[in-house]
Order: sequence, then C-alpha cells, then structure tokens
Amino acid sequence: MNADKELDARGLNCPLPILRAKKALAEIGSGQVLKILSTDPGSVKDFQAFAKQTGNELMSSTEAGGEYTFFMKKK
Amino acid sequence: MDDQKKLTIIATKGTLDWAYPPFILASTAAALGYEATIFFTFYGLQCLRKDLSCLKVSPLGNPGMPMKMPFGPKWFKDINWNIPNIIQASIPWYEDVATALMKKTIANNGVATIGELRELCQEAEVKFLACQMTVELFGFDHSDFIDGIEYVGAATYFEYGGEADISLFI
Repeated sequence: MNADKELDARGLNCPLPILRAKKALAEIGSGQVLKILSTDPGSVKDFQAFAKQTGNELMSSTEAGGEYTFFMKKK
Repeated sequence: MDDQKKLTIIATKGTLDWAYPPFILASTAAALGYEATIFFTFYGLQCLRKDLSCLKVSPLGNPGMPMKMPFGPKWFKDINWNIPNIIQASIPWYEDVATALMKKTIANNGVATIGELRELCQEAEVKFLACQMTVELFGFDHSDFIDGIEYVGAATYFEYGGEADISLFI
C-alpha cells in the first residue's frame, strides 16, 4: 500500500503514537494516506478508537515481529 | 461548534506519577477533537510550575508501587524490592533517589516526560485553569507558573464543567 507520509512511532508509549499521528495527519491533505509504525501493543485498539472518533479511515492494521503497521486515510 | 465534545479534568495531585493522568487524558482528548480544560487546584498546582523538578514520587506508604530497578541484567530488574515503610522513612533523600529511578524507568519505556506532555497539551490548546485560592493558600506567586494560565475560582470551573460531556476528578 502506498502512503503519502510515514510516521515512525516505534519505541514510543501511550499517548505519544496517537498524538504524533494527529500531528502528522494535520500535515497531509484530505484523502491522503499516513503510514504509522508502532511497537506499542496498546496502539492496535487505540488507532481503531482514534479512527472511529475522528472519522479518519483506518485502512489496515497489521503486526509482524512485535511491530505494528497502520495505514490511515485522512478524512 | 456546538456539537463539539468537551472534557474537563480537576487535577489535585502534585506528585510525578499523578501528574501523568491529567496531561495524558487531556492531550489525547484534544487529539480526538475534544475541547479540553484542566482545573488545577491544591497540590495539582505543582503541575503548572515553570520548574517541574518539584514533582517527585514516593514509594513510602504506597503498597501499589512496584519497586524495580531500571538498570542491570534482567534477573536484577525483575526483583521487587519490598522495603518496610519504617526503613524507607529513615533513609535520607529517599524520595530523590526513588524519583531519579522512576524518571529512568519512564525514559526506558518510551513514555513522555511531564514537560513534554504539558507542551503537547498547550500546542493542542488545552485550557489550563488554576485555582487562585490555593495559589494564595500555598504562598505561590503567578511568576512561579508557566504562561497562558487563567487564575480563577470554583464558579469558573463549573462554567466549563456544566457544559462538559466528561468530567474527571484526579
């Protein structure tokens, strides 16, 4: 999947991945895609909750070797 | 903007550990689109000091606090140091040592510092209200605190709390 911007939130803990994602989304346009890398297991549910409450679309959420990758489309 | 969700938090604690929940919740709420307000009163005022080194943590009389070392091999880090209260209380600068260890643990876990979270709140336009009565009661001066704070009374808190979807007392 292609992303317009990438955010490396690996090693950061709650609530920093969400706060950094919010900031990164502000820097892209509507319909553009943000890729987020995280190592926080709590971020899986948190990005679902973030998407639900902000209207941005969580296109995919995957895990490989303790690393989580999210693709989020800006509302 | 009438359908905007609103959060208010009353922050009453002035220790390093308890300084976290108000700033974490307010900054996250702001990221979710809430209009967030924190009313700092009593010991919570410490969270607004320019110099945050006043925030310390004490394991004394806190049986819920795991006492683990943030360095050394894994077997060493896994030890939970159960030190009786009477011994903790008799060690000079015990809280300073505990605070230094806590700060190291915070950094090891990729958790933001209070200063960082406070700045993120300010960037996200979280409103900081401070209780003027306790400022005077504790002999503080407005110059002890960061800029951008409104000094108010209980009635002003209710102006925000009365409109809020969620209100928390911490």
